[in-house]
Amino acid sequence: MIGLYGIVTSRNLIHMVTCLSVVQSSTYVLLLAVGFRRNATAPIFLDVPVGTRAVDPVVSSLALTDVVVGATVAALLLALAVQVHKRLGTLDPEELRVLRG
Amino acid sequence: MRVLPPLPVAIPLLVAAFMVGGGPFIRRRAADSIAIATAAAVTGISAALLLQAAGNPIVYWFGGWTPRNGVALGIAFAIDQVGATLATLGGLLMTAALVFSWRYFDAVGTFFHALMLVFLAAVVGFCLSGDLFNLFVFFELFSMAAYALAGYRTEDPGSLQGALNFAVTNSVGAFLVLSGIALLYGRTGALNLAQIGRTLDAGPADRLVIVAFVLLLAGFFVKAAVVPFHFWLADAYAVAPTPVCILLAGVVSELGLYAAFRVYFTVFSGVLGSHADGLRGVLLGAAVLTALLGGVMCFLQHHLARLLSFATVSHVGITLAGAALLVPAGSGGAFLYLVTDGLVKASLFVGVGIVQHRLASVDERELRGRGRGLPWTFGLLVAGALGLAGMPPFGTFLGKALMEDAAARAGHSWLPWLFVAASALTAAAVLRAALRMFAGWGAPAGAGDPDPTAAVAGPERGQEIIERRPRTPLVMLMPAFGLLAAALALGLVPGLSARAERAAERFQDRAGYAAAVLDGTAGAPPAGAHAPTHLGPAVAFSALTVMLASALALGVLLRQRAPAAPRLAARRVWHPVASALRGLHSGQVGDSVTWLTVGAAGLGALLVLTLR
Repeated sequence: MIGLYGIVTSRNLIHMVTCLSVVQSSTYVLLLAVGFRRNATAPIFLDVPVGTRAVDPVVSSLALTDVVVGATVAALLLALAVQVHKRLGTLDPEELRVLRG
Repeated sequence: MRVLPPLPVAIPLLVAAFMVGGGPFIRRRAADSIAIATAAAVTGISAALLLQAAGNPIVYWFGGWTPRNGVALGIAFAIDQVGATLATLGGLLMTAALVFSWRYFDAVGTFFHALMLVFLAAVVGFCLSGDLFNLFVFFELFSMAAYALAGYRTEDPGSLQGALNFAVTNSVGAFLVLSGIALLYGRTGALNLAQIGRTLDAGPADRLVIVAFVLLLAGFFVKAAVVPFHFWLADAYAVAPTPVCILLAGVVSELGLYAAFRVYFTVFSGVLGSHADGLRGVLLGAAVLTALLGGVMCFLQHHLARLLSFATVSHVGITLAGAALLVPAGSGGAFLYLVTDGLVKASLFVGVGIVQHRLASVDERELRGRGRGLPWTFGLLVAGALGLAGMPPFGTFLGKALMEDAAARAGHSWLPWLFVAASALTAAAVLRAALRMFAGWGAPAGAGDPDPTAAVAGPERGQEIIERRPRTPLVMLMPAFGLLAAALALGLVPGLSARAERAAERFQDRAGYAAAVLDGTAGAPPAGAHAPTHLGPAVAFSALTVMLASALALGVLLRQRAPAAPRLAARRVWHPVASALRGLHSGQVGDSVTWLTVGAAGLGALLVLTLR
C-alpha cells in the first residue's frame, strides 16, 4: 500500500519505479508467508531424513519467477525514464503532458 | 499428434532468439519473411488445434507429468475451442501486422521482429494454458513485449509517456493477479485451474475466496481496460506503432476478458455459483459504464488512433455485458463478437496506418478533405464503421444477435439498447472521421473556435513517418481487406452461432473441464437443446444502430448549417460534459494508478457486499 501511495504521488520517475518494486516485493512476502511452516528447513532433501518438515518449495519458485519478472519490468521502465530525461530534460511525470483528453 | 500443442509457443520463441542472436547478419527483408512465415505457421497450428479440440479439450502435460488420482503436479496446456480460436486470431492478426510493416517502417531492426514474435508466443501460450501461474507468466511476458513495442519509437515523448503509463498501470494489475494467485494457492495448494476449482468446491465461499476472486478479476480487467481501469489504454494505443496497435486492439484487450471468465468458469463458478445474481449485477454495471464512457470518449476524439482505442474500450464493454449474463448463449455471443470485432478493429487500424503513411498525419481535422485521392482507404473505413455498428453480413452482427437473444431470455431486455447506443457512437465517430477526411465535409479546423491555432497546436502526436507518399503499397491494403473479409466471411458461415454457443457451453462446463484435465476422461457432451436464435429483432436493432450512427456523424459534420438556437443549446449541454471527461483522462501515471486502486477497492467492496 505504501508503494501504491508512492506511485500515485511520485514526482520523479525513478522514485516511481522504485515504488513499483516495493509493491511487487509485497507479493513475494505474501507468497513466502503462504508457504511458511514453523520449525521447517529449506526444501532440500539431499541429506535429511525422510519426513523432515520443509517450507513449501512451490511458493519459493513462484517468488523467484516473479523476482525475474519484476527485475525486467524495472529495467524496462528505467530505460524509458532515461529516454524521457534525454528528450525532455526532466524526470517529473507532471511535466509529461503530451497526451491528454 | 501429441507434439502439436507446445509448438505454437515454442516456435516463435526459438525464432525470436535466433533473430536477436543473428541480428546484425540478417537482412531486413529476410527478417520480415522469416517472421511472417513463423506467424503464418503459428496460425496454421492453432487452427489445427482448433479443429482437434472440437470434441473435448486437448490436454497436454509437459514432460509427461500426468496427474495421479486426480492430483496434478505437472504443468498442462488445456486447449478448448475458445482458447484455440483466440490463439488462431492472434496468429492471424500477427501475420497481418507483419505483412503491413513490410512497407510501413523505413528502417527497423531485428529487435522489432523478435519482440513481435515473443509477443505472439506469449499470447498463444496464454490462450492455451491450463495452469494459473503459467497464465500469469504468459500474461507478464506479453505485457512486457507490449510495453517495449509501445515505446518503440523512443524519440517521441508522447510514445514514452504512453509506454510508461501502460507499463506502470499494467504492472500494478499484474501485482493484483499474483496476490490473488498466492491467496488461492494458500487455500488449495494447487495451481492447476481445474484442481483449484475442485478443491474450492469442497470448501465454503468465505472472505478469502472472494478477496482472491476480486484480486484476479481486477488484475485481468486492467488488461481488458474495463472502466475505471481503462485510463492507460488510449495513451498506449495512440502512440504505439500501427502494426503493434493491430495486435493490441485486436486481441490483447479481449484476452483480459477471456482470462477473467476462464478463471471464473473453471475455478470460481462452483463455489460462488449461488451468488451468480449479485455478480451478474456488478459485472453488468461495469459493462454499461465501460460501453458508454468508451463510446462518448471515442466520439470526442480527433486523433484517429485514439478514437479507435476508445472504440476498443467501448466494445470491451459490450462484450463484457454479453459474457456477464453468465449463460452459454451470452458467452457464445460475446465470444463471437469479440473475435469478429477484433478483426474489424484490426483492419481499421490498418486503415489508419495507411492514412498516416500517405498523408503523414492522423488528425482528422488537419486532414479535412485531403484524402480525396484514397478511394480504397475511404471504402475501408466506411466498411469498418458498418462492421463496428454490426451490420448484418458482418460476424459482429451474429455475435450481437446472440447476446441480445440471451439478454432477452435472461430478463435484461434493456441490454440491446445499450449495444445500440455504444456501437452507434463508435461507428458514428469513424464515419465522421472518414467523411471529413475523404469527402471534405464539415467545417474546416478551428472554424467554431475562437483561437484556431489552439485546436492544432501542441506537439504532433504519433508522428511515425514524416513525408507523404505518392501511392499506397499493395502489401498495406491486402491485410486490411483480408481482415475485413474474414470478419465478413465469419458472418456468412452457416450455423456459426449455434457452434459458438456450444463452444461457450463447454467453456462454462467446469466439471467437464476438470474431468478432462485431471482424470483424462471425456466429459459428457453438452445438452443439445438450443432455442433457435431469432434474428428479426436483431436486424431491427442493427438497422437502428446504423441509422443512428449516420445521423450522428452527419449531424456533427453539418452542424454549421443548422439554425443557431438549437446548435447553441446543444453546445451548452455538451461542452461541460466533454471537458469534464477530457479532464479525467489526464494521461498521468499517478492518476491512472489512483483510479485503478479506487476501482479495485470499489469492485472488492461491491462483491463482498453482494456475495456474502
